[in-house]
Amino acid sequence: MKEWRFWFAEQRGTLLAIGIFLVMFTIYLTNHPAIANSGYNVATLSNIAQTAANKGVLLAFVAMAQSLVVITAGIDLSVGMTFTLTNCLASWIVVGSPLQTAGGVLGVLAVGALCGAINGAIVIFGRLQPIVTTIATGAIYFGIALALRPFPGGSVNGDLADLLTGKIFDVFPASLVVLAGVVVVVWIPFSRSVTGRGAYAVGSSDLAAYMSGVPVRRAKFVAYTLSGLLASIGGLFLTFFTYTGEAALASGNTYTLFSIAAVVLGGVSLFGGKGSAIGAIFGALAFRTIGDLLFVFNFDPLWQPLFQGVVLMIAVSLGAFGLFRVRNRLEWFG
Amino acid sequence: MDEADPLFRMEGVSKRYGGVRALDGANLTVVPGRIHGILGENGAGKSTLIKIMAGVVAADTGRMTLNGSEVSFASPAAANQAGIVCIFQELSLIPELSVADNICISDPPTRCGMIDRRAQRRMAEEALGRAGADDIHPLALVKDLPLSRRQMVEIAKALARQPRILILDEATSALTASDVTRVFTVLKRLRAEGLALLYISHRMHEIAELADECTVFRNGKNVATYQAGTKTDNEVVEMMIGREYSHIFPPKLAAVDGGKPVLEVRKLSWMDRLRDISLAVRPGEVIGLGGLDGQGQRELLLALFGVLRGCSGEILIDGKAVSIASPSFAKSDKIGMALIPEDRKTEGLMLPMTVRENLSFAALDRVSHGLVIDTAAESKLIDEVIQLLGIRTAGTGIPVGALSGGNQQKVVIAKWLMNQPRIILLNDPTRGIDVGTKQEIYQLLRKLAAAGAAILFYSTDYDELIGCCDRVLVLYDGAVKRELVGAEITERALIASALNIQGAEAGLQPAIGA
Repeated sequence: MKEWRFWFAEQRGTLLAIGIFLVMFTIYLTNHPAIANSGYNVATLSNIAQTAANKGVLLAFVAMAQSLVVITAGIDLSVGMTFTLTNCLASWIVVGSPLQTAGGVLGVLAVGALCGAINGAIVIFGRLQPIVTTIATGAIYFGIALALRPFPGGSVNGDLADLLTGKIFDVFPASLVVLAGVVVVVWIPFSRSVTGRGAYAVGSSDLAAYMSGVPVRRAKFVAYTLSGLLASIGGLFLTFFTYTGEAALASGNTYTLFSIAAVVLGGVSLFGGKGSAIGAIFGALAFRTIGDLLFVFNFDPLWQPLFQGVVLMIAVSLGAFGLFRVRNRLEWFG
Repeated sequence: MDEADPLFRMEGVSKRYGGVRALDGANLTVVPGRIHGILGENGAGKSTLIKIMAGVVAADTGRMTLNGSEVSFASPAAANQAGIVCIFQELSLIPELSVADNICISDPPTRCGMIDRRAQRRMAEEALGRAGADDIHPLALVKDLPLSRRQMVEIAKALARQPRILILDEATSALTASDVTRVFTVLKRLRAEGLALLYISHRMHEIAELADECTVFRNGKNVATYQAGTKTDNEVVEMMIGREYSHIFPPKLAAVDGGKPVLEVRKLSWMDRLRDISLAVRPGEVIGLGGLDGQGQRELLLALFGVLRGCSGEILIDGKAVSIASPSFAKSDKIGMALIPEDRKTEGLMLPMTVRENLSFAALDRVSHGLVIDTAAESKLIDEVIQLLGIRTAGTGIPVGALSGGNQQKVVIAKWLMNQPRIILLNDPTRGIDVGTKQEIYQLLRKLAAAGAAILFYSTDYDELIGCCDRVLVLYDGAVKRELVGAEITERALIASALNIQGAEAGLQPAIGA
């Protein structure tokens, strides 16, 4: 077999997610009213890209966070709450002089990583199921968020916010550049490290991983910690977009559920061991584009949940074809 | 004789699992540059021995020395570090990762903290080459490989760790004949390079070809060590026999003659795990399935119960061909089949649920009117079956998980008896339960047979097959190799035919039927 076929087999889920996103975004673009009005030119395209990027990156960060945990065959129901908590915290401390702001950003990231580390420690050392653990810790994180911001409010360093949500050279959406930067600095080193491979190994077969001498605990712990860190980057960006902190229960829960949907759409298997955070990013962007499609086709926004559900259902069903090849029915339940 | 210094020594090592003594003061000496064959029947303690060596489980008592200094391994990784690498029977590969990833899993080459894929690939290619498996592409995902290729990857992975002691536990069981030849060449080269190899196999001819010396295990003890070639196959079988007969079996019934078979199977095959299996079970008969673990017995039972897809061949119930497409059809009145599974914790019981719920699950349609469960009828039926089996429980409302292993197994059996099955398939039902409960189960089997049930009974315990069964079919490599009837069922005949020793058959009575 040729080399590329192996590469393709490994990256299939991610490539499929990119494909789905490209198709949806092309449909969106070709039907966009701004394009209809002024044709294809750099300024219009860059405006559309900026709006789409700023809508999409929040879910993209949270989905990345989710994907790290899902790769270890866990699930994190507290990502949305970590996202909310760091948003509330950022609205207090990411203010003032550049130095203070920088300190604030670091503080927010540290708190995010700590949230993830707590989840990881409980799952690994407490031997509790990730799903229960993160429901509990999620409630705690939300409680802290509520204590920080009983009412929406606060502020954020406006210069930094405008810089990171604006455009670079008046063309590239800055939020996308940051997203790409995070992929390069966090995801790629992790996925290629021994620990990152350990995370895949644990997710695919924890017994075989242990038998093979993989550092099982370290891999899980790092995955959970990085997951918290990524969720807090999402929380920072939420603050940059809204200039406030708000402990909104509905928003936190929505992000948690959408992150799971995005991860699945992005080709990350909920059984663990398969997929990538890059797939999850495109899953998130595609999921966000569904809403935009309704906008360009002038659908009633009330149809959005239904439409999102249908698209998700179709995308997920694509992965289920493998079941037809199963010869031992007991494997259906594995 | 060359008296090389022992590299590894095990003295007086014991291990118990619950009430079962798996290893009882075992000794073993491993010398570099030799291939040491380990023999013993099912449950003789071989796997426990190597699990202790490889750091998977810890010994209760005894000491191990490596190069003269005492060692103990807390994990497989620690054993690997010390140079002891084991190729396990259950594969230890990670399905979603590539072959190269798997081969270098524990200690991949890195550059700047990241895995150096190019170097890793070179290492993997080299290891595959050393294992004689150049045909496997290092970038292929393990889950896409067939079983025989996976086993070769497993061997390559072990070699990549530069072991000083290499343990192979049934490592050739899934390999094709040409692979086996290649692996043997590799093993002989490793021996010449000064490695110590432990080779565990049920295939006598493999041991004969490879081993320099052999140790026979029985009842958790090493009973004999001899130089290869100094004992005949029959003498080896003799050494493996001799388990203590501690069970009392109920008397067998006089053979039922003339009854029409309730279950008949003709040329049943499934993938490459079952080959042309034909058998017939009459009402009142207890038919044993013998042979070594993993020769297709489990698959045969699953195929009959409608779990496997794509079986070829015919299944006849009461002389009429049927196609059993699902367990729910298999248990319906038309077929009347029940399968008592081997792994009661996952396939047989819902541990956190109550005894009552577990018992009535498979028979709910019998005690319900439409969609409503008739609790009075349910209780009556449950009381009956608890009485019948003598299940010791503090009430039907407590979780099954709180019962002892033996009583849990009785609940599994009772659950299926509530359907009053005509055909009962049992998959090693007495594994890991106490002798008292075993006896009760034997008596129950006889009682059910006397009441007209047809029973197909797989057991890894040869005593059970001898004590309980009217006939025993011995499986080897997915096919029925021998059928033993009545007085022919002896431990010697069972072991010899399970090992598929041709020569030994001369000394036995000729097989009847096929």
